[in-house]
Amino acid sequence: MIADAVGGLYRAESGRILATLIRLLGDFDLAEEVVQEAFAAALVRWPTEGLPHNPRAWVVQAARFKAIDRLRRRTRFAEKIDELSAIESLERPPGEAEDDAVRDDRLRLIFTCCHPSLATEAQVALTLRTLCGLTTEEIARAFLVPTTTMAQRLVRAKQKIRLAGIPYQVPAVELLPDRLEAVMTAVYLVFNEGYATTAGDALVRRDLCSEAIRLVRLLDTLLPDRAEPPALLALLLLHDSRRDARATPEGDLVLLEDQDRDRWDHAEIAEGLSLVERALRRGPPGPYALQAAIAAVHARAARAADTDWRQITALYALLLARFPSPVVELNHAVAVAMSEGPEAGLRLLDSLSARGELSAYHLLPAARADLLRRLGRTGEASAAYRSALALVTNPAERRFLQRRLEAVSAKPLNP
Amino acid sequence: MEYMLLIYESEKARGEMPEFQNGKMFAEYRAFTESIVKSGNFKAGAPLQPTAAATTVRLRNGKAATTDGPFAETREQLGGYYLIEAKDLDEACAIAARIPGARQGSIEVRPVLSM
Repeated sequence: MIADAVGGLYRAESGRILATLIRLLGDFDLAEEVVQEAFAAALVRWPTEGLPHNPRAWVVQAARFKAIDRLRRRTRFAEKIDELSAIESLERPPGEAEDDAVRDDRLRLIFTCCHPSLATEAQVALTLRTLCGLTTEEIARAFLVPTTTMAQRLVRAKQKIRLAGIPYQVPAVELLPDRLEAVMTAVYLVFNEGYATTAGDALVRRDLCSEAIRLVRLLDTLLPDRAEPPALLALLLLHDSRRDARATPEGDLVLLEDQDRDRWDHAEIAEGLSLVERALRRGPPGPYALQAAIAAVHARAARAADTDWRQITALYALLLARFPSPVVELNHAVAVAMSEGPEAGLRLLDSLSARGELSAYHLLPAARADLLRRLGRTGEASAAYRSALALVTNPAERRFLQRRLEAVSAKPLNP
Repeated sequence: MEYMLLIYESEKARGEMPEFQNGKMFAEYRAFTESIVKSGNFKAGAPLQPTAAATTVRLRNGKAATTDGPFAETREQLGGYYLIEAKDLDEACAIAARIPGARQGSIEVRPVLSM
């Protein structure tokens, strides 16, 4: 039972505890080691001494003492002035200023882990390791890379933080918009990694989604005046709400229009919808708010046939005007096909393919194939499905495209 | 911490820029240098002669081999440097962004290994 309590505390609080120790020690590796040791000590001592009144404070205190021990041992050999000052700050009794500092520890840690001078993949790995407390093995499994590769990635990232002098602080106000964007991109990638594919360990992937949601919630709580965190939170919740309906037990994809909407998570939808409104009230909509607004239109439709495609098209047009990208253009074309008919969508897709910007992206030929299929141009549809199959990497999407190709090829060709 | 700010620019493009020909760039660099001397960040800095004036030396089997030109042919060349003292990477990057050459070229920010 105590082991459960320690495990639960580890899941819920290790990120926060680690963040505090990193601030006190200014050293990721030392902080990680002493936090691990403190949790190990809890496993040994709590069963006989009983659960402490404030378990988190107990672990922080135990980790502090372990750090003091280690720094003392180290300084005996080489008396380094900065380590002595670290010991002093560790021995100082926590006061009110300390409470304020602790409140911001995780926020500081997010900004350090997602510093733009770190490669994006390193940002994502470091965030999951330090703030979410996932093990190196779990992160490696989630990203389908060998554990040694992931371990190396983490070591290099921590080394860069130390050597390059990446600060452990919330950026100044004038830097905040840019830096917050980097943090949100990393969190969004964490979510997408868990959501976009059904390959790999399903449980770990679900963990990634809930960790991403937990991180944005944290950002929203810690930066209550910013419009972006509630927008991203809404977007993630509205997507996550479909998680049980979007794949068969065998891992095959179920299209939005074919999903059993009773199996959507209606609590997440309710929260997502109210967050979209809050985000839109806080200022001109950013890219996440617009995408969340689109997801909200889908979420509000009780049946696929009730979907307000005109509104979705208008939202994509707005997204395209303010934050143009070929992928947004593709989505806009698909929405146009739904609201104005396949020919109109196809014209937009053809001009997009002609520019060659998305030539490596399987969803462009896949979208063309679907519109050609709906127009009964089965020969061209087959060819487009084949182009998509040549580019797709995700096994579930591959199976889906394969099934579509077979269905189209089975029909007699148009005269 | 000490950081080396290495200024990389295309020598070819620089030669064609009017700011270089009319001395405007020179004045901008002087103003920037004065500002970081005043703020206490400046430790050293200088522009370099173009790579046409460069010589590369290698010692192989105890014998020095001297060749004409820079070590590597690249699109942008090292054109100058500043050595600064900054609190952390954020301060160093903020200073790097104010170097006039950052507008056309790029500034590599390298922490100095303290011995």
